[in-house]
Amino acid sequence: MSIEVNGNVFETDEEGYLATLSDWSPDIAAAMANEDDCDLGDNHWEVINFLRNYYEEYQIAPAVRVLTKAIGKKLGADKGNSKYLYELFPYGPAKQACKYAGLPKPTGCV
Amino acid sequence: MAQAYKTEFDTPEIKEYPLIPHIRKGAMEHSKPFVAKAQHQESLGFPGELVDNWQQVALAKMAELLGKYRSIRVFLDTCVKCGACTDKCHYYLGTADPKNMPAARQDLLRNVYRRYFTLAGKLFPKLVGAVELTEEVLQDWYRYYHQCSECRRCSVYCPFGIDTAELTMAGREILASVGVGQKYSNEIITKVQKIGNNLGLPEPALANTLENLEEEIKDDTGVDVRLPLDEKGAEVLLVTPSADFFAEPHVDGLMGYAKVFHQAGISWTLSSYASEAANFGIFIGNYDNMQKLAQRVRDAALELGVRRIIVGECGHAWRVAYSFWNTLIGPFDFLDPDYPVPQHICEFSYDLIQRNALKFDKTANDHRILTFHDSCNVARASRMGNMPGGQFVIPREIIRASCNHFHDMSPETIHEHTFCCGGGGGLLTDDLVELRVKGALPRMEALQQVVDEFGVTHMAAICAICKSQFSKVFPYYGFDMDMVISVHQLLGDALVLGETH
Repeated sequence: MSIEVNGNVFETDEEGYLATLSDWSPDIAAAMANEDDCDLGDNHWEVINFLRNYYEEYQIAPAVRVLTKAIGKKLGADKGNSKYLYELFPYGPAKQACKYAGLPKPTGCV
Repeated sequence: MAQAYKTEFDTPEIKEYPLIPHIRKGAMEHSKPFVAKAQHQESLGFPGELVDNWQQVALAKMAELLGKYRSIRVFLDTCVKCGACTDKCHYYLGTADPKNMPAARQDLLRNVYRRYFTLAGKLFPKLVGAVELTEEVLQDWYRYYHQCSECRRCSVYCPFGIDTAELTMAGREILASVGVGQKYSNEIITKVQKIGNNLGLPEPALANTLENLEEEIKDDTGVDVRLPLDEKGAEVLLVTPSADFFAEPHVDGLMGYAKVFHQAGISWTLSSYASEAANFGIFIGNYDNMQKLAQRVRDAALELGVRRIIVGECGHAWRVAYSFWNTLIGPFDFLDPDYPVPQHICEFSYDLIQRNALKFDKTANDHRILTFHDSCNVARASRMGNMPGGQFVIPREIIRASCNHFHDMSPETIHEHTFCCGGGGGLLTDDLVELRVKGALPRMEALQQVVDEFGVTHMAAICAICKSQFSKVFPYYGFDMDMVISVHQLLGDALVLGETH
């Protein structure tokens, strides 16, 4: 599969996750969200940017509690929980947000 | 989301009482998981893609398995089509596809076995239902051996004890051997071999995650409870599913284990090298891969110099540990013989409870009304404690010690009769979401009954797959995703920290 953004075609896996991490750009994230009828607002970007920074440091997406704690610090304690993250990313923060951030899909018993 | 698999389907209806559905031929013929990429086939020792002489390779593999495992031949020879298994499989009950009746699913392999390995099948194939190994048969194997979660409920009712799971494993091993393995399992096994766990969580990320959890417990309780990593000389090595580090509700169970170790005053450690309890080698039926994954646990235990190995809440891990570790990675002569080898975290906590070493404030769980889901591989393939049925008694006793309100689900859906969550055996993947939702039906019906009757608010479980599966499928049936909870979260919430007893 692939995704076309601004006239360029980028390879993805069967579920639409970017095949090559370095292909990522904010426009790709927006295009992926668009396919899901999702408008990316500032709070979505806080999550996406945190995921990308964490991935750059640790080569893995953050565990859910690491993510909720970080988001709680940035956006306020009432938003530092997975309920809020599911509001932002209804298909699941670990999977949908990782996808928009250009990260591979988390695998395992999750 | 844009997907290469079916996401639109009808969720089965929860009826007033469970009904055995009329068959719907081909109802799940479209369901099959993504095929493994060449790199994830080759890293496991399989060919990267379908080999040209796949029939020859498949039959040679079948011959090898028949020679290696006496059980396979017995199971293939024995079925008399009595029908006892037909309505016992959650996937049949949820999908009505007749090929999901266990005997029919087994027949996909059995019919080919007859054609090539029995005299009657060689001479009079049509008389004995023997079939050629065609591409269509291979496709059916791929579809339907990935519509069995190897939960073995059908085996409980089979008068001959035919173990469907073993035939599914054989089917999957043949498939991988001709070049068509399953993406989900094979990618994960590759990650464990490279990094040490299913998630691919490297040591620095694991250390960071554990530090975060220590801070969280401190914030919540004011107590310094540690989650140690790679600490040589600890008494206990805890091997737990990596989902415990990563996901909810799993992570609250992990913090529960930490609180128990803290309160018991027993030194323990996790290992970054053996940071996975689950062993997906069993899912694909491949001994060599199962052995390699298990070996990491032995190596870590020796390296860290521990005296005991304890396994966290993980169903398939416990099956492999309890039933196979001794053969795979034994002998365990370096461990303390005064404790079970290996020991389940529930056995560990139960023992402390029995000795009055833990103090509980059960009112901490008074806002919850509990039921308990027996995980298939714990229920039917292992035991806990030193009494028959200990695997049923012990988790429930932990819940009762921690909670005031507990109600079991209907007897034909618990203990050895338990239904699989619908996501076990290597099927916990989004490309099989329709199968997972439909296969969860029998458990959802039993849950609905105790919700209606007793106002049950939470279902506790001791398996990472069960917890993730229920979080995913609950909303399809109108339940909240956070109704599933770890047994050790209940214990951790009620445990009085700080004083020693």
